[in-house]
Amino acid sequence: MPRRLDRIALSKPFVFAACLLPLAWITWLAVQGGLGPDPVARLEHETGLWALRLLLATLAAAPLRRLTGWHGLIRYRRMLGLFAFFYASVHLAIYLVIDLGGFWSQILAEIAKRPFITVGFLAWLLMIPLAATSTRAMMRRLGRHWQQLHRLVYPLAVLAVLHFLWQVKYGETIAVREPVIYAAVLAVLLAARVPGWLRQAGVRGSGAQQQ
Amino acid sequence: RPLTIAQRGAYATDETQTRLHDATHYNNYYEFGTGKDDPAKRSGRFKPEPWSVDIAGHAEVTGRVTLEDLLKPHPLQERIYRMRCVEAWSMVIPWVGIPLGDVLKRFRPTAQAKYVAFTTVERPAEMPGLSYPVLRWPYREGLRIDEAMHPLTLLVVGLYGRTLPNQNGAPLRLVVPWKYGFKGIKSIVRIDFTESEPTTSWNLSAGDEYGFYANVNPDVSHPRWSQATERRIAGDGFNLLGNRVATLPFNGYAEHVASLYAGMDLRAHY
Repeated sequence: MPRRLDRIALSKPFVFAACLLPLAWITWLAVQGGLGPDPVARLEHETGLWALRLLLATLAAAPLRRLTGWHGLIRYRRMLGLFAFFYASVHLAIYLVIDLGGFWSQILAEIAKRPFITVGFLAWLLMIPLAATSTRAMMRRLGRHWQQLHRLVYPLAVLAVLHFLWQVKYGETIAVREPVIYAAVLAVLLAARVPGWLRQAGVRGSGAQQQ
Repeated sequence: RPLTIAQRGAYATDETQTRLHDATHYNNYYEFGTGKDDPAKRSGRFKPEPWSVDIAGHAEVTGRVTLEDLLKPHPLQERIYRMRCVEAWSMVIPWVGIPLGDVLKRFRPTAQAKYVAFTTVERPAEMPGLSYPVLRWPYREGLRIDEAMHPLTLLVVGLYGRTLPNQNGAPLRLVVPWKYGFKGIKSIVRIDFTESEPTTSWNLSAGDEYGFYANVNPDVSHPRWSQATERRIAGDGFNLLGNRVATLPFNGYAEHVASLYAGMDLRAHY
């Protein structure tokens, strides 16, 4: 009997390619000179937005699995998370290398003194251990600590959204609402986990030593 | 419409100029929306003609003046100024206008006229951004009288040799090159000579971020970002690297205007 076709494994290269499309598009715009009057700001904005979108997509995998009953969904999660880290790294690199270009003495002061840059940088820092332990081997090695470690995704997502909220200029949140929408999506994704957390806490609280 | 320029070269910088398209498609004019491209996209319905300005307050001559009468006695000048936005980007723009002081003198301000307050037109039917309470409308700005009378302060009717497009503040705006761009109030309908410091829209909305003086100052940070450097939007858009330049005190006009603030603590009066 031939094994059943693993559609998810087959689809992964396509998802991988799709995750690279925003980068291709942004690069194409840059080469064309099509990034508008302030190209550096546009580069930062687009790469930051894609980092945040992919991060939220990562967080959406588990609740969507529960909602749809489609368990395969979870198998895309690692790739989405790694791409979120990838876009966040490109975002940071553009800021450091291109935007601050020639004024690198400012870097430390910028990161330390600007709250929105501090939280953004912190969010990126917190992604490093998650990306580094994303392999199957690391999962096995860390055992139950792996899951504990990867709960860092919740605070870092909050920091990423704060980074966006604090960066936009005064008044923009009223008229454009874009960062508010991202904050709301994150709130929904976190709220979806609350019942699960409560249940876990309840189990632990009852003193039952299951497992 | 092309404008007839009588005088060029005064206070002109020879730095690389911003492209006309960039100067007219990357604007902050919240009455048309908070996005940088909103003013160009959403100002088509705005009618800058006919136009008149109300002159009020402590002056011997007050009342409504048509734009034509306001401008008639003054030959137009071109001034190529750096423009530094509080958001830490900058442009180099050839403005067309007349020194504000020359115009104000005609109304013979009295000794009580310590400040000049300006108001932007408020037309919800033509300005879609007004439906959002982003700022306290109408937009208000102000200058101390000596700042208003300074020869660098320009009442602007055009850029790049042509009349102002709607998105740049048609038909009449202010340009104060040593201050952050938000002091350059657009589409002015009222000029008021006042005795006390006028309230300004940005100061009302976020007083800790936007002061009354708003002189360009690399040493005083905006609460959320540094003002030490700026991204220069000039020339063709392909130079991604090397756009960042150091910000100069008073936007490089210190030799002309620093004396206006002698003895003042510029950290307190930001």
